[in-house]
Amino acid sequence: MTTDQRSFLNSLWDFFCSLKLTMFLLITLAVTSIIGTIIPQGTPPQEYLQQISPAKFKLYQALGFFDMYHSWWFILLLYLLTVNLVACSIKRLPHIWKTITQPVTVLGSGLEKSLSSVVSFKAGGEPEALQAKVSAFLKAEFAEPVATESDGARHLFAQKSPWCRLSVYFVHLSVIVIFIGTMIGSLFGYKGFVNIMEGESVAKAITRSEKEIDLGFSVLCEKFSVAFYDSGAPKEFKSILTVLENGKPVPGYEHVPVIVNEPLTYKGITFYQSSYGNAGEYRFLVTDLDGKNAVPVTVPATGSATLPDGSSMHVLETTPDIAPFSPGLSGPAANIEIHTRGGASERVVVYANHPELNMEHAKHHGTGPVIHFKGEEKRMYTGLQVAKDPGVWVVWLGCLLMVVGIFAAFFLSHRRIWVRIQHGTVTMGGNASKNQAAFQMFFDGLAEKLKSECSGEKR
Amino acid sequence: MTSSLLFNVTTFTYLVSMLLFFAFLASRAKALGTAGIVTAYAGLVAQTGAILLRWKESYDMGYGHAPLSNLYESVVFFSWTIVLIFALLDLKYKYRVIGAFVMPFALLGMAWAQLGLHSGIEPLVPALQSNWLLYHVVTCFLGYAAFAVACGISIMYLIKAGSEERGGSTPAGGLMGMFPPIRVLDDLNYRAIMVGFPLLTLGIITGAAWANYAWGTYWSWDPKETWSLIVWFVYAAFLHARFTRGWVGKKAAWLSIIGFAATIFCYLGVNLFLSGLHSYGGGK
Repeated sequence: MTTDQRSFLNSLWDFFCSLKLTMFLLITLAVTSIIGTIIPQGTPPQEYLQQISPAKFKLYQALGFFDMYHSWWFILLLYLLTVNLVACSIKRLPHIWKTITQPVTVLGSGLEKSLSSVVSFKAGGEPEALQAKVSAFLKAEFAEPVATESDGARHLFAQKSPWCRLSVYFVHLSVIVIFIGTMIGSLFGYKGFVNIMEGESVAKAITRSEKEIDLGFSVLCEKFSVAFYDSGAPKEFKSILTVLENGKPVPGYEHVPVIVNEPLTYKGITFYQSSYGNAGEYRFLVTDLDGKNAVPVTVPATGSATLPDGSSMHVLETTPDIAPFSPGLSGPAANIEIHTRGGASERVVVYANHPELNMEHAKHHGTGPVIHFKGEEKRMYTGLQVAKDPGVWVVWLGCLLMVVGIFAAFFLSHRRIWVRIQHGTVTMGGNASKNQAAFQMFFDGLAEKLKSECSGEKR
Repeated sequence: MTSSLLFNVTTFTYLVSMLLFFAFLASRAKALGTAGIVTAYAGLVAQTGAILLRWKESYDMGYGHAPLSNLYESVVFFSWTIVLIFALLDLKYKYRVIGAFVMPFALLGMAWAQLGLHSGIEPLVPALQSNWLLYHVVTCFLGYAAFAVACGISIMYLIKAGSEERGGSTPAGGLMGMFPPIRVLDDLNYRAIMVGFPLLTLGIITGAAWANYAWGTYWSWDPKETWSLIVWFVYAAFLHARFTRGWVGKKAAWLSIIGFAATIFCYLGVNLFLSGLHSYGGGK
């Protein structure tokens, strides 16, 4: 390798290790992320074109703004951040590791000068006895010390939570663990949905990219119900589900109520209550203005029906009893929309118990037809999200690691205390990896106590 | 006694506390600072009572949920967490004057909630019926509040650093003499963020856990989620900035203020301007 190559590699390494790169990446990620919160993501092209000019649309599309969190440049930024934090960790870890595993146990003059907290005092007695005393004191008040003899001096070294120096690397590691979890999820999992009619079962889910996925078992919807508060706000959507294997109910997975926030999981696949609908039908009787040529018309809840005169209608909503809305009237009613062949449309309420009102309305508006509401067959279906994510536990492990790591990184401190006993002088020094001010107070208190204990020996 | 009355008392108490802190700043009379902090504590107690009372009232109405479900309730809770974090800071460091820069945030929240937001107790829609609501909202808002306090301290830092740069080496005299030294302000800013960052992290994680439990997706790049990540990036940048020489002091103070602006947008802006899963928190 030539010197040029080596210096290039060195500068590349320094580039990936630099904290400036970290700052740049974090701030760039923050700023660019804003784009995706302003531009709606993953909407069909037509809808964008209603809002913005074709030129802008092309530009945004080229820049990946419509699915920007999966665009190559955003992913690249995330990869760079990963490389950056791995490089930083590799660069700093050996030094930290040495601090933890091979602590300096001797209080030399160089170390003494580098410490901000140092106290020195005279103490009488035999060195052995003094060492035993200080050792017992450290063990009781701080941590078990290690004794070393060097150059005719006796040294004691004690430390607390040295491993907390690793916490920041745990935080870095946790980010990588979370990324690994998301990758496992995207490679081996899927997100989809199913609609199941009451009384029916399905064995396949449809993914967002409209792909069919075989569940490996089937799910039966026994019943769907919806409850409302007095105010009309929804209170609960509930499906009663049963898991079937080879057409037979699986014990323990029969008649399971599934509501929002309480999903059902079977064989790693989870079903979440997400939507519902009515796939039943409405029945009407259509006549001429004079009540002749009665024709029954059935309108599906999810579609429309053609009337004898060629116009079409669909149902907006129905009620089993109109009385609370129109005092004086009673019985079922339907709010329908009629589209005439001429392109006009109108909304009208038709009744089951008041044919004269239906007639009156039709006369008032022209030639008919007259529409009478006859009732409805409700057939509810439940809409369930289906998700399989084998990586989710890895993600939670990463999150746990991150939280523990962050708390340790912020609130724990590696505290070290050295004591040297030489020529009847006790010198104590110490430092902490964090929160020096608090450590100083602790150290001063400890020094006072040690001093009085050592002078107690003299008495 | 109703919670609504007690919330009004709280708002008034925070107003008095803020004015006392302002008077303290202007007069440098120690008694005013003490009065300011005592009033703030009284407000905190009243507000705690009011929140608990509202909680109970929701049970009396048959809905029974923690008062954290709509914009009014969240603004009130945010205000409470700000005063709580400030109280903890005061117990530890005793820099009373910070109250003049933190209490306005708490008062602003209460005044807006009381005057401008719909305060009715409503039943929970199905999506919110979960214990995760409590874990998620409490952790998020404690984090937000710590950032609010950090922002107040950063504003103090910039004012003090600015006046020192203009050659105003005012030894102990004048308004600036009241402020803690800029070195202390810089450190307090860091300490507040040190409290807020783990809480925000927990808030994001509890939100992700809830989303996974309720929808099967722990992360869907919904605007609220993305903004919480943006805030996280900004404060992560702030913390890394502490390790580089060039990003302490003024730059750090600005980063803290930008972080809080992003926090407020994450909290309110997303609900009011953008659509998404959290939009039920918005509106009146």
